[in-house]
Amino acid sequence: MEGPTKRFGNKPQIAFFDFACCEGCQLSVLQLEERLLDILELVDVVTWREAMSEYSNDYDIAFCEGSITREQDIERVREIREQAAILVTLGSCASGGCHNDLKNQWEMDEMLALVYGDQAEHFDTIPSRPITAVVEVDYKIYGCPVSLAEFVTVVKRILTGQSYEPPNQPVCVECKLNDHLCVLEKGEVCLGPVTRGGCDAICTGFGDACQGCRGLMDAANVGAMLKALTREQAHAIVRKVVERYGFTQDDIETKLRIYNNWPELNLEEIAANDD
Amino acid sequence: MTTDARIHVHHVTRVEGHGDIIAEIADGVLKQARFAIVEAPRFFEGFLRGQLYSDVTHVASRICGICACSHKCAALKATEVALDVTISPQTDLLRRLCFHGEVLSSHLLHIYFLAAPDFLGLPSVMPLIAGAPDLVKRAMRLKNIGYDLAALVAGRHTHPIAMAVGGFTFVHDPKDMLAMRERLVDIREDLTASVELFATVELPDFERPTEYVSLKHPDRYAFYDGDVFSSDGHRLPVRRYREAVTEHVVPHSTAKHARWNRPEYMVGALARFNNNYEQLHPAAQAVAERLGMDPPVHNPFAITVAQLIECVHCVEDAIELIDEVVGRGIDPAQQQVEVRPRAGQGVGAVEAPRGILFHEYEYDEDGRCLSANHVIPTAQNLANLEADMREFVPHIAGESTDRITHLLEMLVRAYDPCISCSAHMVRLPHG
Ligand code: SF4
Ligand code: SF4
Ligand code: SF4
Repeated sequence: MEGPTKRFGNKPQIAFFDFACCEGCQLSVLQLEERLLDILELVDVVTWREAMSEYSNDYDIAFCEGSITREQDIERVREIREQAAILVTLGSCASGGCHNDLKNQWEMDEMLALVYGDQAEHFDTIPSRPITAVVEVDYKIYGCPVSLAEFVTVVKRILTGQSYEPPNQPVCVECKLNDHLCVLEKGEVCLGPVTRGGCDAICTGFGDACQGCRGLMDAANVGAMLKALTREQAHAIVRKVVERYGFTQDDIETKLRIYNNWPELNLEEIAANDD
Repeated sequence: MTTDARIHVHHVTRVEGHGDIIAEIADGVLKQARFAIVEAPRFFEGFLRGQLYSDVTHVASRICGICACSHKCAALKATEVALDVTISPQTDLLRRLCFHGEVLSSHLLHIYFLAAPDFLGLPSVMPLIAGAPDLVKRAMRLKNIGYDLAALVAGRHTHPIAMAVGGFTFVHDPKDMLAMRERLVDIREDLTASVELFATVELPDFERPTEYVSLKHPDRYAFYDGDVFSSDGHRLPVRRYREAVTEHVVPHSTAKHARWNRPEYMVGALARFNNNYEQLHPAAQAVAERLGMDPPVHNPFAITVAQLIECVHCVEDAIELIDEVVGRGIDPAQQQVEVRPRAGQGVGAVEAPRGILFHEYEYDEDGRCLSANHVIPTAQNLANLEADMREFVPHIAGESTDRITHLLEMLVRAYDPCISCSAHMVRLPHG
């Protein structure tokens, strides 16, 4: 495998870009404090509009955050792809899908009219999608927001020329390893069984349900989850469990949609594929 | 006045989100001065429809990565009104504590990373990493204590986890609270150093009195609760916020503009400072005096100074809140009250770091969202910012075009605009 010096010269040039999002992922990176200063010794940040007035179009590694929601953003992210040797998506908005994609349930004209009334013609919007739906991406970091530990791991991998595969086990595994109480017991829908781990089950550790912010893992068995937890589909063997929780398919579907609506979530299709 | 100048700053740097400055002087006359929001709108109020109340508050914090706790709390308060939920006094205290964390982290991010480079004549903090590492480390320590304080209460600052409708999903440990108290005591030294740094800063000389709007609370400097208050002498309960905020679409901006008694008003640290100075912690008042801030202050560049004064207040008040929380004991039975979905409508208002923030929701009997409305601080400030620009440009027209451009960028940055939040305003459905 190539080393960083061969790929980038001595100090790789880094750029940060943001599309439609809350900018929470790049702000989380600032929390790294000393570790951030260590990283900054190894790289040159040449473009970061949020934090710097300096600007350069000459960069090796681009960190991109946010969803693509306008035609002009497609152009912009393609230009970034063209320039960057390595493109990293930062956060679920960019990597797989997030709440921004919820708007795709409505016609774009309707959304514009709702917001801007008779002034709607001044503005443009297209169905929201992650950056991964528009260009090839070299490294993906999921999460809303990203976990800082994972960010540091990925940066190290990039700088040492190694690839990175995002974790692909359910949040439940990390939750059980940490001995957290299962929030299903409180009668709340938890998406841990089908959601990609890698966050150390931080939410269930604080007694909150997993909202699925890292998106469905690759082989998520949504059908099995519906059969275990919903009134509509429960197997006889788990009847008791279902009586206790009493979730409906709709409860699970609405929650799943928040981070899994690109392409548009079709629960029946996903569930059928599992069988 | 310079006879001809055309200024167009595409995507102003060191602000959160995307905005352009446009100013034009022709034949010695100011033709236009605008701050155009060019951020992609995200349509939260549209796509929250149909979501369950608990998911609404989860998603609402994602409006902004800097003021996530503010959006979360505004959504929680509105939802609690709609569902007729009364939180415990303990939850109330903890949420107020969380707010101080958010205000600290947000203000210090702005003071050191976004605004300070202008005062130091630098394009960013990057040159300081090698040149003044102690200053950068201090800035990071200060900012991070804010994140950690918010995380102590909510599990994580961006985005808060454990704050739910009705209370908290876990029980806080007094030991963690007391450890944070120690850190807050220690951080006073860093704040004092920051005050001394700012005492040497000379702000651009410019004043324009305007209407200052903020929350006002009878007992304390308002962040988490209070009535809607205007320096022009009006006061309204939060549920009547639509009488105060009149929004209108302007073609050059994906964020709407707002007005109340005058064509424009200011919200944020300086508005709070002017409206509620008497309730600042004495230590914060002493710093105000040290920095020559005598209310009312009409210089918008002083917003950054007001933020620093508020940081001192937040640290001192956080110490007192921790003493109160730990002193009365954390009762697990008070962490969460029962919540039952029902049909209803509610408004919640808080002082986000950048100013007064309103969320309004309507739910059906199953607790699904029927409509949502968010009124964002930066959007409320836009009309005021542009009025400042129109008055400021003739004031500095003798300067070079580069200098005018730089001063206008500084003015925009002083407002600490948070553009990603502001670019998805929805027309008021029945107002
Ligand atoms: S993934 Fe979440 S936290 Fe990160 S930028 Fe997008 S909305 Fe913000
Ligand atoms: S709390 Fe959620 S993540 Fe943890 S075990 Fe239960 S279902 Fe899985
Ligand atoms: S527990 Fe679930 S919602 Fe929380 S960070 Fe992990 S994946 Fe995201």
